[in-house]
Amino acid sequence: MPSAALDLMHKESLMQAEDLTEVIRQHPFLADLSKVHMEVLVGCASNVHFAEGSYAIREGEIANKFYLIRTGLVALESVVNARRRIRIQTVGPGEVLGWSWLLRPYRWHFNGLAVAEVRAIALDGECLRNKCENDHDFGYEMLSRFSRVIERRLEATRMQLLDLYTTTPKVKK
Amino acid sequence: MTHDALHPAVELADPLLVHPVTIKKMTWETDDTFTLDINLGEVAQDYTFRPGQFNMLYVFGLGEAAISISSDAAEPGTIAHTIHRVGTVTTGLAQVKRGEMIGLRGPYGSSWPIDAARGKDVCIVAGGIGLAPLRPVVYALFRERKAYERIILLYGARSPMDLLFRVELEEWSKEHNVEVLVTVDRGDSSWKGHIGVVTTLFSYLKIDARATVAYVCGPETMMKYTIDELERRGLHEDQVYLSMERNMKCAVGFCGHCQYGPEFICKDGPVFKLPRIRPLLEKKEL
Amino acid sequence: MHILVSTDLHVLFEALLSRGYTLIGPTVRGEAIVYDQISSVEDLPRGYGDEQSPARYSLRRRDDDLYFGFVVGPQSWKKYFFPPRLTLFTAAKTGKGFAVSSPGAESPPRKLAFFGVRPCELAAIDVQDRVFAAGEYVDPTYRKTRESTFLVAVNCTVTGGNCFCSSMGTGPEAAAGFDLVLTEVESPGRNYFTIAAGSARGESILAVLPCSEAGPPEQKAAHEALQQAASSQVKRMARENLPQILKDNFEHPRWDDVANRCLACTNCTMVCPTCFCSTVEDATDLAGTHASRSRRWDSCFTMDFTKVAGGNIRPSTRARYRQWLTHKLSNWVDQFGTSGCVGCGRCITWCPSGIDITAEVDAIRGTGPHA
Repeated sequence: MPSAALDLMHKESLMQAEDLTEVIRQHPFLADLSKVHMEVLVGCASNVHFAEGSYAIREGEIANKFYLIRTGLVALESVVNARRRIRIQTVGPGEVLGWSWLLRPYRWHFNGLAVAEVRAIALDGECLRNKCENDHDFGYEMLSRFSRVIERRLEATRMQLLDLYTTTPKVKK
Repeated sequence: MTHDALHPAVELADPLLVHPVTIKKMTWETDDTFTLDINLGEVAQDYTFRPGQFNMLYVFGLGEAAISISSDAAEPGTIAHTIHRVGTVTTGLAQVKRGEMIGLRGPYGSSWPIDAARGKDVCIVAGGIGLAPLRPVVYALFRERKAYERIILLYGARSPMDLLFRVELEEWSKEHNVEVLVTVDRGDSSWKGHIGVVTTLFSYLKIDARATVAYVCGPETMMKYTIDELERRGLHEDQVYLSMERNMKCAVGFCGHCQYGPEFICKDGPVFKLPRIRPLLEKKEL
Repeated sequence: MHILVSTDLHVLFEALLSRGYTLIGPTVRGEAIVYDQISSVEDLPRGYGDEQSPARYSLRRRDDDLYFGFVVGPQSWKKYFFPPRLTLFTAAKTGKGFAVSSPGAESPPRKLAFFGVRPCELAAIDVQDRVFAAGEYVDPTYRKTRESTFLVAVNCTVTGGNCFCSSMGTGPEAAAGFDLVLTEVESPGRNYFTIAAGSARGESILAVLPCSEAGPPEQKAAHEALQQAASSQVKRMARENLPQILKDNFEHPRWDDVANRCLACTNCTMVCPTCFCSTVEDATDLAGTHASRSRRWDSCFTMDFTKVAGGNIRPSTRARYRQWLTHKLSNWVDQFGTSGCVGCGRCITWCPSGIDITAEVDAIRGTGPHA
């Protein structure tokens, strides 16, 4: 490849690296993360994008990543049977998709369908798992943040189950 | 108190008498919710209402239902009610045809204090049929657009088929400095929007807590979770207004049915500033 | 203050009757003293007394011939101002619509004179005035009947086993709210009433009665009889800070206790002179061309009372009893400026389980002899 093109690619990847740090730093999920811990994360990060209609994650597959959503919308789908899938919740900009990388058996529990084109930062779960093991402060930081996400998601799911908008009709339609 | 001390200034108009009015139009919004446009006829010249108020609508021989007014308060000649068909009277209202008559009395109740939002951001949070009593607020804000800053509308419904006023939601979202976020509890394969309860929409917003007034209407549980979310975002309870609902028979504070602690929802409410009813929200089976 | 000897009581009756009043007063019907139309002093329960205790009511013959030797029975005066059943309007189909008319609106009010309104009952009338005739909306039937009704109050010189008006500040002596007020005094060979007017129309009736001026001994005798009635009350309501105490004890275990005894029978709300809850009923004729809407008494103890589209707000008896008590003794003050209770004791007498609200209050306060 001509050196000018290589240069350009090199420049672009450099730019990407800097942009990435900035983007990661500004993501709400990582607000107030220390500089040191931020560097750990950045080391395991890459820019990804999913076309509308494609699957970011698939139920049952190994979960070795999680995603900081920047733009777009991912719908969590539960597979009931070969023909039936239910969309349960969506995850959008500023939110995080996936915590199964943290907990055994490290497999996805849902499909994640990009209902609109998605731009996200992918973080290497396996790499980060090792870092959590070796640096418990970092591990604690990750677990605290994910616990909050899981709690909020659980609360929201409970409310969905209450089916609040349905009233029992007294008169048959 | 002797008979001499009974309220001197009130006329002996009968507050329980209904006025016959005519149906101008009936539109199904979803498979169980419809809007009635009503021609007030003779009553029109004396009739004005404020956003958040309700009328008692009477179906000949069947009974009455308390229904919030869902139309523009600046156009009181024809008023609209968006009604969820759920019982005998609301089913009767669904069967009344254009040109036919129903009975009406009102307006009753307290209203959304839109003046409190002048110069501020307005955050409207609606769940299900709760969007109906809030629609007049949106109209009022747009009528005097410069008096208000950012308008945020968060709306949740059970499924895409249950969304109300979809065309208007689309139009409103295109206006300057207006943000409309819609979510459903259950999506389907054609739905490309948010799925989840309405409070999850707050994740996608930045709110200026000091300069925001919130109006919330929907099922009680949804309103409680919404209050939590608003407070997490820094709003003080003085900045939050809710619309409450109870069984109503008379709408004028005589029958006792709508009592919520010491409050009569029909005349002290249905719209309340949060601090007033906060202690009541926490009580079970009140 | 004047004296009207008991043998002249009929003159008061005649004065009212001749002015076109329909007299309503206490009279014996079966096993109880009720309020009904009366036409002469012979209809009054002279010589009768009543024995009342939780879940108990019985009449007895006294060994004197006092006209008012009893207290309150199962009925209250609210049935006249706030009738158990009332047609609100009728509607008739016309072409594409219907026309509405209010049958009661044009008719002149009945000219009633209540004879024998006890101080607790005057207080109850005042309480209901604040509900139906003093706010933003006025009930026209209530107001019309109320204004035209003449009230002859009778202070209580005997007290009932369940009475606690003294602790509620509503009796046994009436301060105001009457056209005329009587206190019966027993005096050997010469029973009499002290009598005073409380309004202009009361004065005009008083003027035609064969009264004499009440001297110090008579005034003293009346006063002492009232004192005696007050001090012999066994029940009392512990009122201090009660509204707030009830607000603060929403989950008190006593509510479970009373829920085990309460049958949600609604007797208390029917006999209570201040309870005002109602419901509406809509009906049509068979052809469907005429409709009517009527109001009837309702009770917060019924299962239907708090049904909303999503379910029932107060499904348990516990919640409904708590609502009744808390409304009566706490929320009422926020709503209307007074307690909803006047200490008449009817709810204690007519509760089949004998639930005593003064005892329930003591238990929640955690003090008192019934705690």
